Amino acid sequence: MATYEWFQKSRDYEAEKSREILPAEPATNHPLKSILITEVKKVNAPVKSTTKSTSKNEISDPLGSFDPLGASDPLSMAFEGVDPLSKFQAEANVAASRPKSSSFDKEKRSSSLNDELDESFEPWATKKANILAKYTTSEKLSITTSFLSASDKEKVVIKTQTTTVSDKVKNRLEQLDDFEEGSVQQMLNLSQQDYVKRIDELNQALINAWEKDHRVTALKIAIQCSKLLSDISVIPFYPSKFVLITDILDTFGRLVFDRLKEKAQYIPAGSGVPVKLPDKFTPDQVPESAKETCRNWFFKIASIRELIPRFYVEAAIIKSYSFLRPNDYADALHRLALMCRGIGDPLVAAYARCYLARVGIMVAPSITNHLMPCLDDFLKTFSQIQGDSVQNILAMQKLEMPRYLTLFSPAVDWLLQCCAHRASDKLLTQILEKCKAQCNSALLVNSIMAAFNPQFIAARSSMFSEMIKDCEDTGLPKHMLYRTHGLCLVMADPPGDEKLNVLNDVWKAVTKLKNPADYIGCAEIWIDYVVKHFGKREINTIIADIIKHMTPDRAYEDFYPQLLSIVSKILVHQHDFSLLFALDKFMPLLDMFQRESVKVEACRTVAESFFKYQTETTNDPIVINAMMFICKTLHDSVNALTLEDEKRVICNAICGFIRCISFGRDFEQQLSFYVEARGYFSNLDTVLIQLTQSVNKLSMDTRQVVKGNHSRKTAAFVRACAAYCFITIPSLQSVYSQLQLYLLSGQVALLNQCFSQGDAFFKASISLIPDLPKQMEIDGKTRATEPLLIDYILNFISTILIIPDNPESGVMYMLRGLLNVLQDYTWDHTSDAKAIVYIKVLSLLSAASQESYIYHIDKVDSNDKMYGHDKKYLNELKGMADTLVNEILNHLKTLSSPETSKRQSSIALDLLSTIVSHGDISQKGLSTLSVNLWSLSQKHSAADNKQMIRLLDYIKRKAETEDNKIYKDLASKLRLES
Amino acid sequence: MATIDIRLKKVNKTYREGDVVAGIIIVESKGVLQHQGLTLSMDGNVNLQLSAKSVGMFEAFYNSLKPIPLINYSLEVVKPGKLPNGKTEIPFEVPLKPIVGKTLYETYHGVFVNVQYNVKVDMKRSLLSKDLQKQCEFIVEYKAQEEKAISKPVNFTITPETLSNVKEKQNVPKFKVKGRLDSSNIQINSPLTGELVVENCSRGIKSIEIQLVRVETCGCAEGYAKDATEIQNIQIADGDISRNLAIPIYMIFPRLFTCPTLSTNNFKVEFEINIVMVFQDDHLVTENFPIKLTRF
Repeated sequence: MATYEWFQKSRDYEAEKSREILPAEPATNHPLKSILITEVKKVNAPVKSTTKSTSKNEISDPLGSFDPLGASDPLSMAFEGVDPLSKFQAEANVAASRPKSSSFDKEKRSSSLNDELDESFEPWATKKANILAKYTTSEKLSITTSFLSASDKEKVVIKTQTTTVSDKVKNRLEQLDDFEEGSVQQMLNLSQQDYVKRIDELNQALINAWEKDHRVTALKIAIQCSKLLSDISVIPFYPSKFVLITDILDTFGRLVFDRLKEKAQYIPAGSGVPVKLPDKFTPDQVPESAKETCRNWFFKIASIRELIPRFYVEAAIIKSYSFLRPNDYADALHRLALMCRGIGDPLVAAYARCYLARVGIMVAPSITNHLMPCLDDFLKTFSQIQGDSVQNILAMQKLEMPRYLTLFSPAVDWLLQCCAHRASDKLLTQILEKCKAQCNSALLVNSIMAAFNPQFIAARSSMFSEMIKDCEDTGLPKHMLYRTHGLCLVMADPPGDEKLNVLNDVWKAVTKLKNPADYIGCAEIWIDYVVKHFGKREINTIIADIIKHMTPDRAYEDFYPQLLSIVSKILVHQHDFSLLFALDKFMPLLDMFQRESVKVEACRTVAESFFKYQTETTNDPIVINAMMFICKTLHDSVNALTLEDEKRVICNAICGFIRCISFGRDFEQQLSFYVEARGYFSNLDTVLIQLTQSVNKLSMDTRQVVKGNHSRKTAAFVRACAAYCFITIPSLQSVYSQLQLYLLSGQVALLNQCFSQGDAFFKASISLIPDLPKQMEIDGKTRATEPLLIDYILNFISTILIIPDNPESGVMYMLRGLLNVLQDYTWDHTSDAKAIVYIKVLSLLSAASQESYIYHIDKVDSNDKMYGHDKKYLNELKGMADTLVNEILNHLKTLSSPETSKRQSSIALDLLSTIVSHGDISQKGLSTLSVNLWSLSQKHSAADNKQMIRLLDYIKRKAETEDNKIYKDLASKLRLES
Repeated sequence: MATIDIRLKKVNKTYREGDVVAGIIIVESKGVLQHQGLTLSMDGNVNLQLSAKSVGMFEAFYNSLKPIPLINYSLEVVKPGKLPNGKTEIPFEVPLKPIVGKTLYETYHGVFVNVQYNVKVDMKRSLLSKDLQKQCEFIVEYKAQEEKAISKPVNFTITPETLSNVKEKQNVPKFKVKGRLDSSNIQINSPLTGELVVENCSRGIKSIEIQLVRVETCGCAEGYAKDATEIQNIQIADGDISRNLAIPIYMIFPRLFTCPTLSTNNFKVEFEINIVMVFQDDHLVTENFPIKLTRF
């Protein structure tokens, strides 16, 4: 192949631009607006919405924004997207409108718990875990049952190997007996783990028995389990035992219900096929046989001799009443509520009531008439705990009264929560009065505060703080009461004039707490209230008090989690950081975190919240100092073992801080801040990048202020900025980031007329290219860097156009330097990056040979001005272009094998398009080359057909608009095959 | 192998006089089944029995303790022949009519008195194979015209003074229990209800129970034997309950083991309630209340 020469086409950019400009047309529509109109329904007035209408709407609006799963319940839907305050309002409305909508309630009774209960109702499942964690024992437990005698049964199996017939018969009979009656036996000396394991086994045995159709056995297990609940030999474990055993009972209830439901297939009118009952069935749909089975269950349970098992088992299967009569729940629940009166032990009775309230709210959340009697009975019998029998038990088990009382709280909490759920204010007051009248016990006050709507408590804060004060000292520990009270006030605000009084009252008592654990428990809660409602003075006082209490004996070491939570609570409400850091006790509070990891955690909390809430820039020296300290701590915590994610979080926080600091027009101080920051955060790439960017921005801001006309002072300043960048960039670890920043900083330097600095940046970047690793990790994946490098080089080439040559170092020395580096760069064998870059350099060379360049930098003379279209200069460029064309053609030649034909044709096409747009095809050599390239790209029919058509079109259009014969000729020579 | 089974149409198997007892006989066999005829019979009897302790005394009564038949039907459903392979269903209907001069008492399973109704199928077969038989009990309830329960509340107070047959009065703690049964005439389907208040009690209470007792009397002109046995015992209070708190009395009458109070020439079935209070030292006091059960 002959060597080809490159002839650039001279272009008049202005003329081209005016020719290609399209006539503007006013637009009436936003072009990106979606054609689809989505109607978003507004949900207000939850009171009015009824089940039917809403669910109908739901179906007709497939694009509606509602969750289709929640569709069945108008209430839960209505609460979506409503802010919490109006939600409470709505809740009150709903409660008021209950009687009206009761016809719907009946249909919905069997609907699940979540449908009817809003999120303010703490579900049992969450309580369960807390109870299990809280009420434990190290005492030995015992279990009485006939279903766990695994070891005995093995013995029987061994015995059956005896040979005589009579023995066999006897053994069989024994086995039968064993199965029928069960040798009731007591297992003694079980540890808590063993006990839990046994109960799990019982649960499993129940399910197994059920699956094997041994329903009577299953019932027996249920009965024996509930019998365990009457055993109060290890009282501290009772609440946990209750949780474990009621789980079994729930399982039993569910099994019975499911089985009945499965049995209750009915044949709807007009079809012969039995159909399963729908989820919300009415008793008339239930066939007689299923009803009979159901009745049998209840008859069987009614004949259980002992009170406690009878109560629990019936409560467990109460859901099955729905097969019999539509309104049975209310009666049954009420009867069971009264039945609890027969339970003598107050603790057992309280938990029985709790279970009743639990199943009640599960099967029929709307029925509440059993709850008040339960509560009344509880209050009436509460005095029993002073009675002899209870005192005897406590004495025997060596349990103090306060500890005993805490055992009640889960049951009482739950009972009160059920009572208070959706209750009117009047009802709540009534309950409160009752509790007060009966016994102003700490236990009750605590439970009321825990269970009632916080709004209600908050409105009567002073009354409650009085009540807490008046409570007897022997009851529940007072710090628990203060804690609960604090929790309420955090959720709802007390009336304005009471705010301070309440705090004073409470804090007077809290500050006297001697035990640091008790104290911090209260302080942790109350700090929220203080920060929310009070100013700097009060916050400072409280923090000072906390520090005072935590310092003796290094008590803080044991309460890092609480202290952390205090810090984060302060930050949730206090977003004015200059105020916060100005508190003279805040930093000492942070100083209390002395263990490294906790300290970092605390600092991170502060930094993140600063990042999140500090929206305006600041130059407050206190904030800067404090944050600098905090960020420095974070920065220093990063080491080789730090996780990538954690590092990212820290980097983000620090960057956020850096961005937030602004000294306005005082650029010098800004720069000195950046210098200081670089000193502190030298190990984090991201932060250094941020700093470099910030400094570059500072340069640009300076340029903007002086409107491009640098004075001596500003020129010196921008040079200082450039110097800052030049020093900072090499300390980055990522070569790619270095390259990017070099280019950027170079561009900025150029803009600010710092030619030598700019040159230095560009040179540095060129000399860095060979160091770019072949692979780099991006978003956790390893990627080849070559595509990135190509992009980078193209960006660089575009910049080269405007870099004025240094008179001391020859024409286009920057480009030469780049080309030299690229020449030596070890490219990937399977890619054509080099050729692609060369093609683009051809475009650059054409652009550089124009009389006036396509773009310029204001106040910077590029090569067009410098050389003034000098012949010698142009020849130099042409020489380079010639070399490049031949380099590309050589590369094309290496791609002639069939496997690489696709690549070959793609490069040929690229080159062809470059020639067409930038080359002078009137020159014979180039037009021949064009035709050759065209046929080359079609040689293996591997070319992208669409691209070829586009190219051809382009040439034709050029021929038409410019009416250029040369293009017409070329177009006629290019034939599209296939 | 062949099996025979009876399936009644009504799931609860409960019938009243004049009703038609309808159902099907199901014969399942592998291969053709040769038989000597299939008979269906319905019978209802009162069975009387004497308790062991009275056997000596009333040996003379043996004659009068024959079962009293109340209903007895028998008919041949299928003539001797063959039944086909597989499942054969033979429907039947029998009217429920007593033997002339007898009344159909309600089904009752007691200790000494039993009122039981059965439907029975017999398949006679040749000498070589066993006869097949299947029996199925059904339940008889009174018709609607029986007398209605008239509510009759019973108020009671139990104190050491009200107790009869106490030998050592000084062992009895001081106590006062007031209470009320909503009615002593009770419809058998509805529960026994009432309440009870322990006003004071000097000793701890362990348990309060309601005991349902049947009193069965078998007799004739020459004499009678009366026996009281427990049917069920329901605990209504467990542990030392709170004083002055009304504890509900509630008991459902078990099916089959109770029937409307019955009094005939030959036998009587009556019911009583005992309220049993057990103290912590396991002493117990009992108060007895006769009750009358009715169907309606």
